[in-house]
This record gives sequence, C-alpha cells and structure tokens, in this order.
Amino acid sequence: MIKQWFKSGAPWVWLNAAAVSVCLIFVVGLLGLDLVRGAVHFWPSQVAEFSYQEDNGQIQTLAGEIVDTSVTGAVMAKAAGYKMADDEDSLVQHLIKIGNRDIHGMDFRWIQVRNIKQQRNPKDLMVVERREWGNFYGFLSEVKESGTTIAVGKEAQSVLTEKLAVTLGIYEEIARLEKKEIGAINYGLERLRLKQKSLQLKNRWDDAAEKELAAETADYQAQYQKYQVQLLDLYQQIKRDTAVFKTADGNQKEIPLAKVVRVYQPNAMNLFEKIGHYVSKVVEFLTDEPREANTEGGIFPAIFGTVMMVIIMSIIVTPFGVIAAVYMREYAKQGFVTQLIRIAVNNLAGVPSVVYGVFGLGFFVYILGGNIDRLFYPEAAPAPVFGTPGILWASITLALLTLPVVIVSTEEGLARIPKSIREGSLALGATKLETLWRTVLPMASPAMMTGLILAVARAAGEVAPLMLVGVVKLAPSLPLDGNFPFLHLDRKFMHLGFHIYDVGFQSPNVEAARPLVYATSLLLVLVIVALNISAIAIRNHLREKYRALEG
Amino acid sequence: MTTQNVRTHAIDMDSILRGSGKSSEPSEVCIKVENLNLFYGDKQALHGINMEMPKKKVTAYIGPSGCGKSTLLRCINRMNDLVDSARIEGKILLDDENIYDKSVNVAALRRRVGMVFQKPNPFPKSIFENVAYGLRIQGINDKRTLEETVENALRGAALWDEMKDRLNDNALGMSGGQQQRLVIARAIAIEPEVLLLDEPASALDPISTLKIEELINELKEKYTIVIVTHNMQQAARVSDYTAFMYMGELIEMGNTSELFTNPRKKQTEDYITGRYG
Repeated sequence: MIKQWFKSGAPWVWLNAAAVSVCLIFVVGLLGLDLVRGAVHFWPSQVAEFSYQEDNGQIQTLAGEIVDTSVTGAVMAKAAGYKMADDEDSLVQHLIKIGNRDIHGMDFRWIQVRNIKQQRNPKDLMVVERREWGNFYGFLSEVKESGTTIAVGKEAQSVLTEKLAVTLGIYEEIARLEKKEIGAINYGLERLRLKQKSLQLKNRWDDAAEKELAAETADYQAQYQKYQVQLLDLYQQIKRDTAVFKTADGNQKEIPLAKVVRVYQPNAMNLFEKIGHYVSKVVEFLTDEPREANTEGGIFPAIFGTVMMVIIMSIIVTPFGVIAAVYMREYAKQGFVTQLIRIAVNNLAGVPSVVYGVFGLGFFVYILGGNIDRLFYPEAAPAPVFGTPGILWASITLALLTLPVVIVSTEEGLARIPKSIREGSLALGATKLETLWRTVLPMASPAMMTGLILAVARAAGEVAPLMLVGVVKLAPSLPLDGNFPFLHLDRKFMHLGFHIYDVGFQSPNVEAARPLVYATSLLLVLVIVALNISAIAIRNHLREKYRALEG
Repeated sequence: MTTQNVRTHAIDMDSILRGSGKSSEPSEVCIKVENLNLFYGDKQALHGINMEMPKKKVTAYIGPSGCGKSTLLRCINRMNDLVDSARIEGKILLDDENIYDKSVNVAALRRRVGMVFQKPNPFPKSIFENVAYGLRIQGINDKRTLEETVENALRGAALWDEMKDRLNDNALGMSGGQQQRLVIARAIAIEPEVLLLDEPASALDPISTLKIEELINELKEKYTIVIVTHNMQQAARVSDYTAFMYMGELIEMGNTSELFTNPRKKQTEDYITGRYG
C-alpha cells in the first residue's frame, strides 16, 4: 500500500508543495509582522491615566500609552527581585510610554498591573508631538500670546488649534526660506569662492575678475539681507504663542507652539478622526524629514536616496553587463580562456558584499575620486569633492556587485535566440553588428531586464558596502535639488537599509525607535517590490513584443 | 581522404543547355561551381563539385538526406562561413567573379544572393518592418521608397492582397505558409540576382506548398533560382534543371524532364524510382 503510494509519485508532489508552502509562510509571516508592528504604530492609541502605587508606597498619577505587556512567572519574578505574595502565580507588567522626557528623563517605564489603583481614559488628555524631547502628555490649561493669557479652559482648545495652524505655516515658511532660498545663496557663494580660488590657481586672477566676482557676491549678499529681514520677522512671530499644560502629576509646563508638530486628544477621537490622523501620520512618514535622531518624523530622504542610487546603478550596470555578455557570447572565441572568464564572473556573484565596499572605498573613492579631485577640483582642496564617499561611488560599487547577474542572464538570453533568426538577417546582407543591433539585442532585451530585476533586488537591499562608500545617518541635502547642476553625484545620501540599522541599533531611544524599524522595513520591502514590478512590467512588454519563434 | 582521390563527375553542360530542354535558346550561365570541396573539420562534406546554373532558370537539387545539397546551396551565399569548422576549397563564380575571393564583401554578396530557409524565420517585428529590413540595413529610410518597395515585394510574393491591411501586425501572427511567403518577399525586396530556396515548402501544408510553387514559377521571370528539395515531384514541377547529389557528390545534372524520364546514371534511376533515399 505505502509502496504503491511511493510509486505513484504523489510523495514528491507533496514534498514540493510543502517546500513551496514553507517559503510562502516565511514571506507572508515576515510581511505580516512588519505590517502589524510597523503600520499600527501610526494609529492613535488610547492614552490612560493611572493612579499608581510605587514600591515605596507612595501613590502617583501617571499618563501614557500602553505599548507592551509582559507576563512573568512567579518564580522568575522572585528571582528578579520582585516581592511576590504566595497566592500570586505571575507578575503582569505594562510598558507605558509616559513621554515628557524633559520632566521624567525617560519616555518609557514598566509598571506592575497589581499596583495600579485606578485607570481612566480622560477625554481631555492631550498628546503633544514636539520637535524635541518627544511626546508630551498633559491637560491644556491656557494659551498665551506674547506672555499674556488669551484663552483658558474649554475655549483654550479651539484657540490652540487655530494658533497652531498659523505657527505651523510660519514654520514651513522659515524652513522654505532657510533651505531653499538661503541654501541657494550659500551654494552660489561657495561656487564664487571656488571660482576665485580656481582663477588664482591658474594665475588669471586680475582686477576684472575681482570686480565681477565682487559684484556677484554683493548681489548675493543683498539677497541674503532681504531674506534675513524676513526671517527675523518670522522668528519673532513664531516665538509669540505658547500653551500651558498641566501634567498628570500636577506639574505645569509651558510649551512654545514653535516646538509643536501636532496636538490631539486620542480618547476623544471618533473613528473618522482616527483614520484622518493615521493618514496624516503616514504621509508625514513618507514625505517628511527625520527628527530627533531619526526616531521621529519621516524618512523621505532615505526613500529618495535608495531609489536614486538604484536608478544610477541600473544606468551603469546595464550597458556594462550587456556589452560584456555580447562580447563573450558573440565575438570571443569559445575556448578555455572564455570559459575561465565565465567562471570568474559567476564567482564574483559569491564574493561577500562588504568586500566590494572595501574595494569601492579603496579604489573608487580614494584612487579614482582622489585623482579626479586633483585634476578637476584643485580649487576645493583640501576639502574633497569626489575623493570622499558619495552616491556616485555607492552606485558604481553596487553596479560592480550586480554585474555578474546582468552578464549571466544576458548571455543566457543571447544563447536562446534561434540561429534561424540570425541567419535570416545575415542572408539579407546585414553584417554581424547590424544583425546584433537590429535583431538579436532587441530579442534578448527581456533577458537583460531579468538580469536587471535581479540586480535591482540585490542592490536595493544591500547595506554593508554602502556604509563604506556613501551612506550616512543624516544627509543635509538630497542628491537632486534646484541648484545647478541639479544632480549632485558627489553628495552623501541616506538609505532605507542603513536607516533600519541606524534607527534600530544605534538609537539612544530604543523603545521609541522599534516601531519605526518595522515600518521602515515594510517600506523598504515595498520600495523593492515597486522597483521590481516596474522592471517586470517592462520585461513583459518586451517579451510580448519580441516573442521568439516557438517550436 | 585527400583531394587527389576525389572523384569528379564532369558534366557536359553545353549538351544539357543546348539539349532538347524546355527552352530552345541557350541560356547565359549565372553561377558556376568549380571543383568545390567542403570540409567540416576532418570530414569532407562536398567532393569536387562542378556545375553551372543558368540565368533566370530554376535549378533543383535533389538527393537523400545528408547528401550535401543544403551545404552546397549555403556555399552560394557563403552561409557556411558561419560554421566555425567549415573549410572550403575551389571556386564559385557569380557572373564570372569568384565569391570566395578575399576582396569580396560578404554582406554585399548576400545582398545579391538572397536566401529562404526551410523553416519560416520572420523577425519578431511588423510585417512591414520585416520586408523593409534589408532596405533599412542599406540605410534606406525614406518612407515613400520603403512603402513602394514593400508593396512591390509583397505583390511579388503574392501576399499583398491578403496583408495590405495588416502591415503593422506582428509577423509572428501569420500562418506558416504566409510567413514563408513573407520571407520570400523580404528576400526579393532587396532585388537580389539569385534566390536560394532551402526546402522552402517542407514545413508547409499542401495548399501553401502549391502557392509557393506557383510563386517560384512567377519569380523565375526575374531571378535565377536554386531550390533544394527532398520532394521529387516538386523538383519535377518547378525546375528547369535538376541536379542529383549523393554522398557529397554531384552524380548527375541535366534538363529536368530528361533527368526524370531518362537518367543516365544507375544511382539516379534508383533514387527517382524510389529504390532508396
């Protein structure tokens, strides 16, 4: 009976199905974990007020969000030094985010459930997201303008909302002026400085040049003065309004609205308000810059850096890989040496990526970049331009890393083109090059895209080599902006993979960072999926177009 | 085997050409093969072939599989150059020029000697672009010229009426017979002098085969045609002259009706009466 079952081949089908299922479970589990832990982070959770009896017997009032709950067995709890009554078989503890780091010195603390005397969800308990010191939990008592109270109690809340909207507007205007306008002026001034130095180095620094540069500098200075006046005015305005809060334990705290990102009362929100809040938080996460050592705010620069690096890498790796594959398959004499090269290329794919990072740093950054600086940017010395890690070197290093994948799949694609197609073209008087260019390469393009898809998938997820050749924790400006020449390949950049590592493992505030690690992981997966789907769409289109003769 | 002991069959071309063939006038010689030997590595595939193919006539090569008829055909436009191990001795004269001369531009030669293969091999492009391919290779991109040439070529291949509304469709969507006629149109679009057909109907159904044969009859008005076929009836129907090959040697060549009715060699007779092959 069993023997027959084995003979029927069914066990193999089951085995294969089981293998596929295991893979699926892993993938779905991973995505599910990221989704649950990451996406939930943005949902406004209830904020509770606890009457809590400390170990010394004092009763204290705390406010915060329950983040996590742990259950410890009585024996373990005793061993850890907790006093346990005889009838207690476990110790239940909540991790609560109490915020108010400027008052307590910490954001999170564990409390024992058995010591909670009372727990309420007061509707007017307010969460204040701040630009520094993390969240604040408390009750609004009054709103002040230039130090004088303008609203107290119930009406304070609507006044606060109003004032905050104005303040946020001013804040954005300041950010725009500082980053865009004054940033452009600084960029221009730096260029003038380099121009002057370059002219001096070339011994062409004369009165005319000096006059010209002085005029341009004066022009920039005048613009700067103009913005400076505007900025001073805005700074005055933004400092004007403050709000006074009372914490759960009765402390008073005055917070300038300039330091506030958003206020909300989660306990009073209905479902739609919560959804609205959630959406605005997600949008902030996707489009804003990070705050507070990357543990708050958004990760837009990291998304941008990742996508940009992958695109530059693709632009570099595709032609190189295709040309190498065409030479090896179409022109090189098939023999021992070609075979050896092929094996070497395949083995390159197995070299640990950090080795590529070291090579990139040693060769691209120091040798190539250093020489480029010496030859083309003598005026910038001693500051390096290309002689320092940057997005160009990171892209080239990853291009090198993914080159074998593109070569191998392009070669396979070329090998699959039927001989009859080549002969058909040659018989019409086409040369080998014309045949390649007009017929063979287009027909092999789906295979090239397959190589590129694999390359993108690998490159987007790579972190180790990037840490050596251009990724940083916080990049002051994007590699693409409004200042000529718009694309700044020498700049350092942020990357999602590195961001996960940095936020998760290098952050001073681990508890606050943890959900962001999941959210960022989810986003990294989504970015890779998006890049892949677009590449697959292109490949399928090409496949349809150049469907080879079948059968 | 060395070249010295290769048996050569001298064929009296004059008697064939002046003989009681279908055409009474003597024809000009278009392609002349002189003492052609071909080796694949150490193996000799063609043994001292000598033959002449007259202009604007259809010459058919018949013989059993592996006898070298396709190999000989592929020598005429130097397709065998693509086979790394192939080595050729002897001459093939096209209009008195040796095509194996060092000075010959192979691409230019192939423009003069078009070829159609056993299996239809259209490019994965539109019907129009397939026919225009040879012209585009020559750098002709003028829209009017292209359209005119494509239309003429498709008319020449009896495809125009079927395909004139589908010129932008992918050629791979056509039937096998249509594809083969498209490939012929593609070959005649660049106006070659010679058209080599390598078993052009072997992958087609009887009706498509008939159409191809009718087409060959029309095309010989303008082109010198050499056709390889394993189908003797087809050779008898379409060709003016027939060459019978066996084991890499040319056994007999002559006027088609004569060769089939009155073969001079025993091997030929055995083959056409179906005793082997």
